[in-house]
Amino acid sequence: MNNNPALKKKNRFLVYLRQTWPLYLMMVPGLAYLFINNYLPMFGLQFAFKKINYTTGVWKSPWVGLSNFTYLFKTADVYEAFRNTILYNLVFLVLGHALALFVAILLEQCMGRTFKLYQTLILLPFLLSASVIAYLAFAFLSSDNGFLNNTILKMFGKDPITWYSKPKYWPYILTFIHIWKSIGYSSILYYATLIGIDKSYYEAAVLDGASVPQQIRHITLPLLKTTIITLVIMQIGRMFYSDFGLFYQVPMNNGMLYSTTNTIDTYVYRGLMEINDVGRSSAAGFLQSVLGFILVLTTNLIVRKVDRDSALF
Amino acid sequence: MITSKKIYKIIPHVVLGIMSLFAILPIILLFMASVTDETTLMMNGYSFFPKKFSSASYEYIFKAGRTIIRAYGISVIITAIGTVLNILMTIFLAYPLSRPNLKGRNVIAFIVFFTMLFNGGLVPTYIVYSQIFHIRDTIFAMLIPSYLMSAFNVILMRNFFSSSIPGEILEAGKVDGANELQTLFRIVLPLAKPIIGTIALMSGLAYWNDWTNGLYYIVRRTDYYNIQNVLTNMLNNIQFLKTSSQMQGINVDLGTIPSVGIRMAIAVMAIVPVLIVYPFIQKFFVKGIVIGGVKG
Repeated sequence: MNNNPALKKKNRFLVYLRQTWPLYLMMVPGLAYLFINNYLPMFGLQFAFKKINYTTGVWKSPWVGLSNFTYLFKTADVYEAFRNTILYNLVFLVLGHALALFVAILLEQCMGRTFKLYQTLILLPFLLSASVIAYLAFAFLSSDNGFLNNTILKMFGKDPITWYSKPKYWPYILTFIHIWKSIGYSSILYYATLIGIDKSYYEAAVLDGASVPQQIRHITLPLLKTTIITLVIMQIGRMFYSDFGLFYQVPMNNGMLYSTTNTIDTYVYRGLMEINDVGRSSAAGFLQSVLGFILVLTTNLIVRKVDRDSALF
Repeated sequence: MITSKKIYKIIPHVVLGIMSLFAILPIILLFMASVTDETTLMMNGYSFFPKKFSSASYEYIFKAGRTIIRAYGISVIITAIGTVLNILMTIFLAYPLSRPNLKGRNVIAFIVFFTMLFNGGLVPTYIVYSQIFHIRDTIFAMLIPSYLMSAFNVILMRNFFSSSIPGEILEAGKVDGANELQTLFRIVLPLAKPIIGTIALMSGLAYWNDWTNGLYYIVRRTDYYNIQNVLTNMLNNIQFLKTSSQMQGINVDLGTIPSVGIRMAIAVMAIVPVLIVYPFIQKFFVKGIVIGGVKG
């Protein structure tokens, strides 16, 4: 009856909508949330170039060019925060992955019940909140009645140490706690690849008289290469981010420890909430977001070259 | 004689045994401190084998710890509501995106995915929530920022739908006259139980353990604090009082702060629900790490 092609197309579209509108409608809450929680803050990155005035409203605040950034780079602690973030990440990367790999290989040697028990226990710290971990650390490190001062150091006849006022110990403390918390998680990732390895490789190696270290070196590690590279590169993409809970809660936001515990995340937080210095804080946050974005894109490109399937996009 | 073969059998058990002890001992120490008599604790410090036990801390919490019980209630309620909302929003966004013929689905999928690559960070997020949505000092501050839905979970669930739910089943549903919602709830979701379990778990844990929303957005209405916020607050107050009294050389009355034992008892209470649920959900949890981890 109706041969107008444009009208026909429109009709077909209406039929399509009549069938599928519930599908579009159900996406609305999720998309609205992403808009509020993720996209509005992205537009908000412009605050780094403004002098925020809460009374005139944040969107109407005047532009100030790069002055927040020049001001940021005049403060000494911002360099410290960037340095700490990157150094901690490097240490966590190397130590964390080496140990996770080691634990995964050990886990693979165990069977049945004992395996389940070890895995359950080692993963346990991963479930604890940063607040609880700060309490656990305090139970060990408290200078008056902590376990280290009262029991361990006493046993060796050493004098008690006021841990919470000596920055030089904190790189070790925080690295230890980070590994303690994350080792269960990261070893599971490696373990998942390990159990996929064809057992006949090992059987053949045993027949040839290969020892366990030889098997690990010549079979396990080469087969894990792709997983290792992928996981490491992915983590490099997060180089400018730190675990806010670890660096804020565990040192208990203690000013005496900032030189070794301040990271970009704690720096931004303190600037925003404690010193009320939004300009400086938003400039540092802007750098973190943009550098982080560039790094993720770059690392993903590299992962694609190594192993297409593991790339994010 | 011990052969090298035997040694390689023993090494994993020795190392993993030690690591397991390391993982569990701090938690045991915390528990022991919570049941240690207060004077013993002040004199001998934290110990695995306290000389004198006492349940005074727990009695105090249940009798007089109104703030603590309320914060505990907030934790339970927010975790429950947040997890349910999270699951529903994730399903409702992931399911349409898994339908191959949906127009515009690639654009929408990209909108979801892009949030994983780039974000505004703390300052703009804080300003948006506090200046535009005025969320500060309301109960919504504990529920909405950061944890209500994760783009990563949406993509995980979409992938599950498109790979594990055969298109023929959906077609069959349509032939039987089921509408979209009926198809989703009667056919798709029962098949998606494992992934729903995994995501519910991750979301529940994130809400239970969250202390940042309270820190950022609760300024005056501390009655909205959850148990983690109460913990953080107490530890920081003590540290603050200590440093300021040391610096100014004055004696601050520490009697207004709960004793060490009570604080440790509250920390134990914050861990216990996680410990109770953990053995039952461990399988889901490990699965979640494996599917999420490589790309997470």
